[in-house]
Amino acid sequence: MPASTLHQSIIEPAVTKSFNTPLYGHKVEAGFPSPADDYIEGRLSLDQHLIQHRDSTFFVRAKGLSMVGAGIFDGDLLVVDRSLTPVSGNIVIAVLDAELTVKRLVWREGQVILQPENPDFKKIVLQDGQELQVWGVVTSTTKKFI
Amino acid sequence: MPIALVDCNNFYVSCERAFDPSLEVKPVVVLSNNDGCAVARSNEVKALGVKMAMPWFQMEQLAKQHGIIALSSNYALYGDLSARVMSILSTFSPVQQIYSIDECFLDLDGFDPQSLLAYGQTIRQTIKQNVGIPVCVGIADSKTLAKLANHCAKKRFAGRDGVCDFGRYSVTQLSKLFATIPVGDIWGIGRKISEKLVAMNIETVEDLRTANQSRMRQQFSIVVERTVKELNGISCIELDGACTARQQIMVSRSFGQEVSNFDDLSESIAYFATSAAEKLRKDGSVAASLSVFIQTNPFKEKSAQYQRQLVVPLGEPTGDTLKLVNAAICGLREIYRTGYSYKKSGVMLMGLQPKNSVQAQLFNDVIEKGRSDKLMSVMDAVNQRMGRGSMTLAASGTKQRWSMRRDSKSPNYTTDWDELPIAT
Repeated sequence: MPASTLHQSIIEPAVTKSFNTPLYGHKVEAGFPSPADDYIEGRLSLDQHLIQHRDSTFFVRAKGLSMVGAGIFDGDLLVVDRSLTPVSGNIVIAVLDAELTVKRLVWREGQVILQPENPDFKKIVLQDGQELQVWGVVTSTTKKFI
Repeated sequence: MPIALVDCNNFYVSCERAFDPSLEVKPVVVLSNNDGCAVARSNEVKALGVKMAMPWFQMEQLAKQHGIIALSSNYALYGDLSARVMSILSTFSPVQQIYSIDECFLDLDGFDPQSLLAYGQTIRQTIKQNVGIPVCVGIADSKTLAKLANHCAKKRFAGRDGVCDFGRYSVTQLSKLFATIPVGDIWGIGRKISEKLVAMNIETVEDLRTANQSRMRQQFSIVVERTVKELNGISCIELDGACTARQQIMVSRSFGQEVSNFDDLSESIAYFATSAAEKLRKDGSVAASLSVFIQTNPFKEKSAQYQRQLVVPLGEPTGDTLKLVNAAICGLREIYRTGYSYKKSGVMLMGLQPKNSVQAQLFNDVIEKGRSDKLMSVMDAVNQRMGRGSMTLAASGTKQRWSMRRDSKSPNYTTDWDELPIAT
């Protein structure tokens, strides 16, 4: 990301509707209104930042180490949007042996591959006739330190 | 004027399957509170002959034999997924009427009639992909017909891939189809009316559609006459987009184990009153009176039976948990008798009205009222942020010996940070 874009994405407040927008920054009783009133922009919301489609976004807990190369560690919180149609390269939640698994989805030379991001794990190549069931696309992950 | 009815397939079972793929294609049944009887069945369970509301003990043998998986109901999950489904459906039409937790009507007036079938498919695919819930869509010129079209889609009598648009069929084709469907399957025709109709040789949907309307009104009521009109594509039941405010709020439950002392019973009453008060404030309403009831187990015929209900007027209408709980416990004190084993209790709030239209009274304590409003909004905010029941009155107790038996409830996948689905 070039420096200018990065800079912009930090200072630019969200333009869509916010849930926390205060109506008035300051009660006008007597005296002077707050000089900041005209500049109230509403607080930034992590929900808004991480969730594009509220109704189809679910949180999933990651377990194990198969995706550490992609920055997903044991216990991390995955934000999963089910409304997105997966494309090759997406990290997805897929249904495998009746369980949910998080892997990178790769289409290569007619093959569908669920690729772990850890050399200790084997890639999963779907066999002919085996249907891939993608549960949702992972859009971000969050980590708490405290 | 085309109307669509979108109905989720085996909704509670589908909610469970959305988060636990191992339940797919297996016979799954969801049991009511206290694991009493079947409230949702997967198709596999239906095929085994398990009927709706069948008590668990009656199917236990069958369950063992066929490996039926029985789950306790998880209303936190169903409620959340329902809200998501309804919210997405609302984007498909300017007028939506939510009819129940798993079905809603959509007004499709003004849409190109030729495109409705494809539109229904889009609705179905979107809900399936975005929330993981399979739905069926019925499209027709009245609500009753839309219901019927949905029924046909679900049972695969007509339509394709879970979508049925009666607008695509000729009158003759529909007549033929209707002649194969029993009259009792029509929306609004209950068991009693259907028995009477059959006795009059009106056995199928087609029989009722072609029945004499004024005769139907004389024999039954305007309701049945209206159904006949609706079956003929004349819309009589309006699509009411605006949600009518609730008239009453009832919270009651059977206990996991019977209780007999006053303290346990009052804990349950306080808990129910608290939960009813939350719903009341969410609607922006206040209640003018409250009713408390307790009852013993009517199925234990040998035990002493007792049941009482009492209405407690509230003076000034209120939405304050403290006041409602106090009133409920006062009421309980009046009706409670020792020496009985109680199985069920409940609280009902009545005389609901919008909070801001309450008439002021002469002896209102305005300052006190402001305080109560503040306290309640803090309580609601805390409970919303920290999870239900984080801040409650001590009156609702901590042991909750009376609480529901839900032995095999699935995790609260979408409403509890500690119970999220896990991906390896």
